[in-house]
Amino acid sequence: MADSQGPMWEVFVQKKAGQPFVHCGNLHAYDKEMALQNARDLYTRRSEGMALWVVLSSNIVSSSPEDIGSFFEPSNDKIFRHPTFYQIPDGVGHM
Amino acid sequence: MENKALFYYILNLADDKLVLAQRLSAWTGHGPFLEEDLALTNIALDIFGTAKSLLEYAAKIEGKGRTEDDLAFFRNERQFTNCLICEQDNGDYAKTILRQAFMDSFDYLLYSQLAKSKDETLAGIAAKSIKEITYHKRHSHSWVDRFGNGTEESKTRLQTAINELWRFTGEFFETTDSDKELAKQSIAVDASTLKGAWEKEILTLLQKANMTIPLDAYMQTGGRKGVHTEHLGFLLSEMQALPRMLPDAKW
Repeated sequence: MADSQGPMWEVFVQKKAGQPFVHCGNLHAYDKEMALQNARDLYTRRSEGMALWVVLSSNIVSSSPEDIGSFFEPSNDKIFRHPTFYQIPDGVGHM
Repeated sequence: MENKALFYYILNLADDKLVLAQRLSAWTGHGPFLEEDLALTNIALDIFGTAKSLLEYAAKIEGKGRTEDDLAFFRNERQFTNCLICEQDNGDYAKTILRQAFMDSFDYLLYSQLAKSKDETLAGIAAKSIKEITYHKRHSHSWVDRFGNGTEESKTRLQTAINELWRFTGEFFETTDSDKELAKQSIAVDASTLKGAWEKEILTLLQKANMTIPLDAYMQTGGRKGVHTEHLGFLLSEMQALPRMLPDAKW
């Protein structure tokens, strides 16, 4: 049945201008316009955001579980890679 | 006298919305797929919302102590003055979408004008719903385009829907003398003035979808006088069953 409702799209919502687009879920649609409209109906009906991105799920390149070791773990034992030795000036704010 | 004219004018607007929303809501849980089911249910809810505001205002203008629920649930078929197209059965998705595209184009023109009404309540209701209608139109029009430029089956279904529904579109532009009088006072909109713009938009849409338009077709009429097709009675009996069975029920 999956092919009868079109391909899968990933939805990203921006709460307000300047903030990052955050992934919030996915949906089915046949084309870009339908994907955008469905995203609006599914994810922004209760003031969740002011802007939307939709991306074909097949266009997203993702790492696989087997990559965890080589991608994400080698730095944990090298404390000098983590910026914990610096004092962050107050003016910098969130970093 | 003027209040009576205004009451009936608002009731026409409200009945279009109420009957159409009731029709659309029948798709809830039966849409072609989840996302579309939700889209149509949302649209139905928007339209119910406008119907409620209009009926509330109509009841106030009438000033006889009736509420919006009395007007929705305790009037009979002959007392409803919606356009016949609103009550037509949902048919397949092409028919539901085409009916919606016709209505959305008309409502967009009508409510854009109504938002400038000298009657502040009507102008307020219209200004609020025009944002919703803009979205409804985008949804229905993009589906008409998709059907018309889709498969052989979707093209055939859309053309069948056009052949069935076109004859109900003449009714949009009917205007009574009392409506014209209200329009002169910048309270109501004279719907007959919207015909050119509506036809232009719909013909462009249908031509882009490669459809044939039965322009010289006979136009059905009667809804504004309370003379309905066989569909309205069934629709109302379902919609009104509960409040009539338990008239004092509280939500």
